[in-house]
Amino acid sequence: MPSALINVPAKAKRGDVIEIKTLMSHIMETGFRHTATGEVIPRDIITSFTCRYNGNEIFRADLFPAIAANPFITFFTTATASGKFEFEWIGDNGFSETASASITVE
Amino acid sequence: MRFAGLIVLSVLLITDAVGAEIPPAERRSGASFMTPDTRAMQDDGTINPGMLWVLDGEKLWARKTGVADKACADCHNDPRTSMKGVAAHYPAFDKALGRPVDLEQRINLCRVNQQKATPLAYESRDMLALTAFVAQQSRGVAIETGSDPQLAPFIAKGRELFMQRQGQLNLGCTNCHDDNWDKRLAGSAITQGHPTGYPLYRLEWQSLGSLQRRLRACITGIRAQAYDFGAPELVELELYLMSRAKGMPLEAPAIRP
Repeated sequence: MPSALINVPAKAKRGDVIEIKTLMSHIMETGFRHTATGEVIPRDIITSFTCRYNGNEIFRADLFPAIAANPFITFFTTATASGKFEFEWIGDNGFSETASASITVE
Repeated sequence: MRFAGLIVLSVLLITDAVGAEIPPAERRSGASFMTPDTRAMQDDGTINPGMLWVLDGEKLWARKTGVADKACADCHNDPRTSMKGVAAHYPAFDKALGRPVDLEQRINLCRVNQQKATPLAYESRDMLALTAFVAQQSRGVAIETGSDPQLAPFIAKGRELFMQRQGQLNLGCTNCHDDNWDKRLAGSAITQGHPTGYPLYRLEWQSLGSLQRRLRACITGIRAQAYDFGAPELVELELYLMSRAKGMPLEAPAIRP
């Protein structure tokens, strides 16, 4: 299973703007490259990333070729309630990974 | 003007003739040539992509493998204590082989002799993961490579290769990394060539890579024939470079542009 690195603050005050950082292990092969013998290396990328905060989608990104390997996606949200962030990466060749992190909001 | 030109010319000639090695106080890690953003990426374990390999290595460390059905953890227990400072001593002298081995070769010796498993290839995902995991246990530890007196003849050989002009461009490692490290080559910092962070994540590679990968790329760059992965010449060069960086803290897994 590929590794993912998630950075969500463990604690925040209600109303705080918090930064969420995610790093997913993936080769992100563009599909535009060729081998030494001229065969096309098939495309193998992550196509979609979503983040849900207590079940509500708060961030989504579509990914395309020419995004570097091991995509690092970072974004901000407002801490509204204690609970769970769920992350999902979907890609070519049935790639599907999930991760989660909890936060305590005071 | 002409007088000034003569001075510049003679300074250049003197520098070329002496080929001065870098005094210990002036040694700088490759990290000090990077932008603050790239340095921040190296220092923050949650955004350093090298940590993805460290996580993989942690899983491999605990996984039983080979005919002996043993995991690294079965002999070496807690890596935080057993592996702390180990990478800072490599390449190290192997008594059975009578020559230095680098961290990759040490892991493969362990796999073949103890685990009765197949050796891993340089640059394979598993080899990079294991070396990254082991090296990361020594993050911040001062490099100690070369303290063993048995290594002296091999360090001397590595140094000879470092100084040797070769390839179609007729350059030795020293011509860039001792003589011109304060300059730039096609916009990139030349650096002093201290291998403080291997295996490291190069943004250009979009992957983790070993010191031997870096050395082979440099050798190809001067248009010489690169040695094969694991060649004794490359290990000797690794050994010389690590002993040249003695006392500098390990940064593995480092980031480089």
